[in-house]
Amino acid sequence: MSEPNIILEAKGLSRHYQVSRGFFQGHATVKALNNVSFQLQAGKTLAVVGESGCGKSTLARQLTLIEEPTAGELNIAGVAIAKADAAALKALRPKVQMVFQNPFASLNPRKQVGAMLAEPLQLNTTLSASEREQRVREMLQIVGLRPEHYHRYPHMFSGGQRQRIAIARAMMLKPAVLVADEPTSALDVSIQAQILNLFMDLQDELGTAYVFVSHNLAVVEHIADDVMVMYFGSTVEYGAKETIFQQPLHPYTKALMSATPAIRQEDRRAKIKLTGELPSPLNPPTGCAFNTRCPHANERCRSEVPVLRPLANRMIACHHIETIPQ
Amino acid sequence: MLLDIRNLNVSFGSTAQPFQAVSGLDLAINRGEIVGIVGESGSGKSVTMLALMGLIDAPGRVTADALQFAGQDLLGMKAAQKRQIIGKDIAMIFQDALTSLNPAYTVGYQLMETLRLHTPLRGAALKQRALELLEQVEIPDAKSRLNAYPHQLSGGMSQRVMIAMAIACQPKLLIADEPTTALDVTVQAQIMELLVNLQKQNDMALILITHDLAVVAEVAQRVVVMYAGEVVETSSTELLFNTPRHPYTQALLASIPEHSKGAKRLSTLAGVVPGQYDRPSGCLLSPRCPYATDTCRTQRPPQLPLSGTSVRCFTPLNDSGIPSHE
Repeated sequence: MSEPNIILEAKGLSRHYQVSRGFFQGHATVKALNNVSFQLQAGKTLAVVGESGCGKSTLARQLTLIEEPTAGELNIAGVAIAKADAAALKALRPKVQMVFQNPFASLNPRKQVGAMLAEPLQLNTTLSASEREQRVREMLQIVGLRPEHYHRYPHMFSGGQRQRIAIARAMMLKPAVLVADEPTSALDVSIQAQILNLFMDLQDELGTAYVFVSHNLAVVEHIADDVMVMYFGSTVEYGAKETIFQQPLHPYTKALMSATPAIRQEDRRAKIKLTGELPSPLNPPTGCAFNTRCPHANERCRSEVPVLRPLANRMIACHHIETIPQ
Repeated sequence: MLLDIRNLNVSFGSTAQPFQAVSGLDLAINRGEIVGIVGESGSGKSVTMLALMGLIDAPGRVTADALQFAGQDLLGMKAAQKRQIIGKDIAMIFQDALTSLNPAYTVGYQLMETLRLHTPLRGAALKQRALELLEQVEIPDAKSRLNAYPHQLSGGMSQRVMIAMAIACQPKLLIADEPTTALDVTVQAQIMELLVNLQKQNDMALILITHDLAVVAEVAQRVVVMYAGEVVETSSTELLFNTPRHPYTQALLASIPEHSKGAKRLSTLAGVVPGQYDRPSGCLLSPRCPYATDTCRTQRPPQLPLSGTSVRCFTPLNDSGIPSHE
């Protein structure tokens, strides 16, 4: 392959929400997603990491075309979303699929598994009923479910099996991009391992690109090719997995990694204690969003927003990476 | 010894076909000790603790040979007498702090309610003590938080309030049931540090129920591993993580992404925890255990001591992690 096959590209993607503050008061703007850019190649995995409220799920909603971005460009499989007409968007939707966090809420309790998995085919292909059933049965086998599960309802399955159904449903149309929003956080570790293996196998087989949203760094280190760390709606550090995990540079990335508990003594990093919690989106701090919790924050951080810039094989948004002790 | 539970059984459902949520559980906790209880969902971790707290209502049935706390027999005790101990000497915090607090009352009122029940403090002294407690759990601007309602607090803050309520009467034993599962990692690190500091300051025993093995590895002195309502292995933290003796412990550890760094696939334990109607007649792990023999499939293994640990297995693993009979 001469040039990398970019399947998903975001440039300056932003999403702002208007929220009411009550009677007689104007609307407030919540900047849920701010100027996020990345590229993803076919068959690769981008992990989006961050705590609640960092904009991970908002990003997922933009990528899956559930919402329209307020600003910025989004290219999926060569189609520029902003310029595309309704017909082009309709043709594009099957190529981007999503797996949600909670498999107890994301499956329709009134539908049998077979019908659920056949629905995407019914809506987007011209296959006959028997061909659809054939494809559904193949998919059941691929995701490790048994043929007799075809006529069962979601309540008859365990959490891990439900997540397999959700993955099967997302993969029915062989999408180019799969967005998975915390797909294993509701599962036990032994089941999590099974589901992560399934994700890896499907990627090998079908060449799907994954956007994997997670707060679990151990999972991310296992599954990702690239890692994007987000804080309060913006990217703070973005680069190849090896680069980020071997030498995290941004104070937030470092704090996140140090806070993650580890089983082995040698994997434990010196704990960096962050004080406080995420600021309120209605009342964002001036300057760098992380300045209220950052141990290295100075006057400049409190007044000037840092720009994402290339440094040491990655993109990073921090004013004084060079001067803070590593 | 602070707490001594012998042969605890908790069952639900009809007497003809009961579901054993906990069977034959022995647990001993010393003063000032941190013990981790780990296991997957449905393994009986929480039910054990609810039974101890007297929170299992009919039709649930609790039986035990002994249930002793600080030399007192909890089994033969009158309800009124038991209330003097539960909530005062034994306190518990739950996974979801936001739903554990009463939304209709202020934080201060709920804190003082506990103090009014168990201490002779009244009036200004009561309020003073409530303030001290909030400061002890490191809530910023504690004075104004006394008048705050739970919906005005973040997840981490509500968990701090729950902890303040639990430690209000300086309990000898604090049971923390998944205290950080609903929280972000940086907040999780703060809460764990707070719990461990409080445990040291007050010389309180801490039972930490969690499915996150890494959290246990970092703070606990001893670990109890549960599977399908039974204790399968009890050991010091160091021994458990270095040389697991029970095949289930081994499989659980192996399925964590951290353990298979660099490997493409995670090792998994096939199948799921047996449910109400498909419990095997032999060892409960036998359908999933890679080492199961005919004995395992027909007889229930007893809990036996083995080189410093206690294991419920016919074929416990040796130092190299393979069954002793092979």
